[in-house]
Amino acid sequence: MPRTAFTPSITSRPTYAPLRPHPAAPALMLADADGAEALMELAAADPALMARAHVIYIPAGAAHGPGLRALGSAMYHEAPSFAAATERFRKALTDARMGTQLYLAGTEGLIGQATAEALAAGLPADAIQAEHRGTIARRMQCVHCKGMTEDVTTDPFTCAHCGLVLFVRDHFSRRLGAFQGVCVDAETPGILPETQEIRA
Amino acid sequence: MTISFNDETFRDDYTFHNSPAAIRRFPFPFDQDSYMYSVNLEPHAGGREGTPFQKRFDVDEHYVAEMKDRAITLADDPLRCQSLPHMELAGWDFLELVMTSKAEDYPDLFTLNRDGDRWHWINRPLGIEQRFTFLDPTTLPCGPLEYITRQTQGDHALLDQRDDNLWMEAGMITSQADWSLDFDIGMNFYEWHAPVPRAHELGVFQRALKFLLALQQGAPSRRLNWTMTVNPRLDTSPENYHKWGPEKRTITPENVGSKQHLRVELQTLWRLPRSNAIAFPIRCYLLSLEDIVSQPKWGRRLHRVLRDLPDELAEYKGFAVNRPMIVDYLSRFDDGAPTSPGIFPD
Repeated sequence: MPRTAFTPSITSRPTYAPLRPHPAAPALMLADADGAEALMELAAADPALMARAHVIYIPAGAAHGPGLRALGSAMYHEAPSFAAATERFRKALTDARMGTQLYLAGTEGLIGQATAEALAAGLPADAIQAEHRGTIARRMQCVHCKGMTEDVTTDPFTCAHCGLVLFVRDHFSRRLGAFQGVCVDAETPGILPETQEIRA
Repeated sequence: MTISFNDETFRDDYTFHNSPAAIRRFPFPFDQDSYMYSVNLEPHAGGREGTPFQKRFDVDEHYVAEMKDRAITLADDPLRCQSLPHMELAGWDFLELVMTSKAEDYPDLFTLNRDGDRWHWINRPLGIEQRFTFLDPTTLPCGPLEYITRQTQGDHALLDQRDDNLWMEAGMITSQADWSLDFDIGMNFYEWHAPVPRAHELGVFQRALKFLLALQQGAPSRRLNWTMTVNPRLDTSPENYHKWGPEKRTITPENVGSKQHLRVELQTLWRLPRSNAIAFPIRCYLLSLEDIVSQPKWGRRLHRVLRDLPDELAEYKGFAVNRPMIVDYLSRFDDGAPTSPGIFPD
């Protein structure tokens, strides 16, 4: 699946440049689903990179695992979900040596959460690269109840935590790794716009 | 005490009101008959006697009631006050700035005695007396930012400076015009302003940021901003939008004069000495349309500004749905006469 082309948006919405190899630096790589393809292209661009790389992959039903493992990274781990990979990812961030580059690839939810973890761990923002691949589903925070919802694909969207019907804004928090959802019928309760697919 | 404090509420029965003196000193934000975004910063170095520009942190008749309203909001949602761990020192910087300014500017209301790091603070309007050790958080009932901003009107953001940008990383935000501290904390200057329409294209934020990065200690700046609010409500947060949103649709031709309020923010900017952070107090003033038109110059001018405002700005400032009724009401107070320069009433 090719990298995602996003329409112009407000400035808090992140854009994701293609991954570029940072030669001779230790590498921590995290990908989900079709994000594996971005890591394979990265490895093809600089085959020497993998010898210094720790790869964590969340297949989420995709069949890229064997291909990714075959790249011969120094460490390779598959996890069933981001939650299951979180402690290992945090340990890798804690152990990261000066100059370590973090490569993230896959869904916006994965990139957002992993970026938030890396920034909280003290990794400088310019040591983090990300490339979006696969579904454009959003990770969203309900501004009212603070509940997080993964894989939101429609707007408006009913918050599973508090039941309010939310407009999914383009406003994005890197600290939370999430878009903002705001009650869509606050002024006129019950009057809702037609549900649409969220566009990239 | 020199100020008589109002017994009033900013929610439920909305008993908030302005005295004739408070109306006259309201910081009316329009210096001409039209409005467009601008950086409009000027030195915060005093101002006309009796105006909100005169003192460093204005204290007025709403002080005690506003602090009660803040306490209610915080009890409901403690996330309205947050400070990322590295901002603790900036919190102490700000506490010192407010305590020293208030004690010097309002000696009958506030007293600060300092013996080295052992400080003794007296806040007479709120009945607070506190002895504590400066820079020792265990000697205050809460963090320094929360402690002092529970006693200071207005919202307060603390901005860290790095990478040629400003990062909003601490704040006490309970009277905001529809933005969330909990969501925006950790964002840089461009990110937290991202939802503002048109201003990015006009280059307003690039110019403002450049100015702010060069802000010097001892040379604070200020500007006015404005929006409109139905009912004199301080907590117009997105968190509670589903609670106050329905009130926006209760405006009628009969009640628009008393219910619709102009909401003005007196924003000041201060470089802090130890942390090099910037303190950004945002003081909110509310005035109903019927109180505004008691000053003929303001009634005429507000009519012209709101009538001619681009739709996008009326939408962003949240009153597009009520604009026809507002403009119709104000038109009755516009006799077509010219208005005098400047913001002060004639």
